[in-house]
Amino acid sequence: MGVNTKVNIVAAPEGHSDAGFFATSLDKAVGLARKNSIWPLPFATSCCGIEFMATMASNYDMARFGAERLSFSPRQADLLMVMGTISKKMGPIVKQVYLQMAEPRWVIAVGACASSGGIFDTYSVLQGIDKVVPVDVYVPGCPPRPEQIIDGLMRIQDLIGNESLRRRNSPEYKALLNSYGIK
Amino acid sequence: MELNNGEYTKVVDALQSRFPKSINDVGAPYEMLTLSVENADIKSIIKYLSEEEMGFTYLTDVCGMHYESTDELGVVYHIQNLYTNTRIRLKTRFPKSKPETDTVCDIFKSANWQERETFDFYGIIFKGHPDLRRILNMDEMDYFPMRKEYPLEDGTRTDKNDSMFGR
Repeated sequence: MGVNTKVNIVAAPEGHSDAGFFATSLDKAVGLARKNSIWPLPFATSCCGIEFMATMASNYDMARFGAERLSFSPRQADLLMVMGTISKKMGPIVKQVYLQMAEPRWVIAVGACASSGGIFDTYSVLQGIDKVVPVDVYVPGCPPRPEQIIDGLMRIQDLIGNESLRRRNSPEYKALLNSYGIK
Repeated sequence: MELNNGEYTKVVDALQSRFPKSINDVGAPYEMLTLSVENADIKSIIKYLSEEEMGFTYLTDVCGMHYESTDELGVVYHIQNLYTNTRIRLKTRFPKSKPETDTVCDIFKSANWQERETFDFYGIIFKGHPDLRRILNMDEMDYFPMRKEYPLEDGTRTDKNDSMFGR
């Protein structure tokens, strides 16, 4: 009945502190805020989506990582989570959803199908969503267990936390988007 | 033919007397009456069967076939008499170079999407179909994937390295 005292609070980033002030770099402060308040957009098409539902539910509770609020509008989402087989007919829709997301945006491919087409090496199935959008983290498994999806989310958090604020303006990033025909 | 079924005998007799030249073969694979018929008469046969006298009022399935050895395409129709619970299968073949057959949309409304699907996968043209375009595959697809000359596997697959499988 007592108050839960085992609450983890995000640690402050590296910096210099003394009486009355704390100094750190803007990158670190922004990264800390971003990585602990991800708004994921679930794009669930098959069994990986069922595992994701377990991941969001109370037992595994992805909300512990600051990703409480699922955004079903791409405009407000930070992280596109593609879970399940994407057919070639649906490929342009995944791309459109990605384009509707505002920068900075991240993509996680959950499961074998989203990562590579999985067992569906066939004419109608997109052989991995990285054929249409750039992917940051791939989660293996068919389907992956909730622990694996959470691990993928934590890898995304690492990426977000360590990302330079200038990365999205870099020529490398622009070249990456250009290779997908995104301006 | 080993068919101890009065309904089947009735269908075969009726068709053979009415369309004597267009019934090529009668069999019963998997214990279901199967008639191979001339492509020119498929529509009139289905029309006749669907009318009140024969009572085959329900079209269960339309699908395509590709015979690679004879370079022929074909269509299979499954129709059912709901009153007597009789199902029969009708097959028709035509050369791949002229993949055309008559639509049965005006007899069974449900044939619309089934014929579109057959067109989508086999490139069979149903003459008289009101809206013959792809239904399941993406519109940009430029071939008919269930024809046997096309590979089942996708050419853009990049993670299947033969050396990893000892091939």
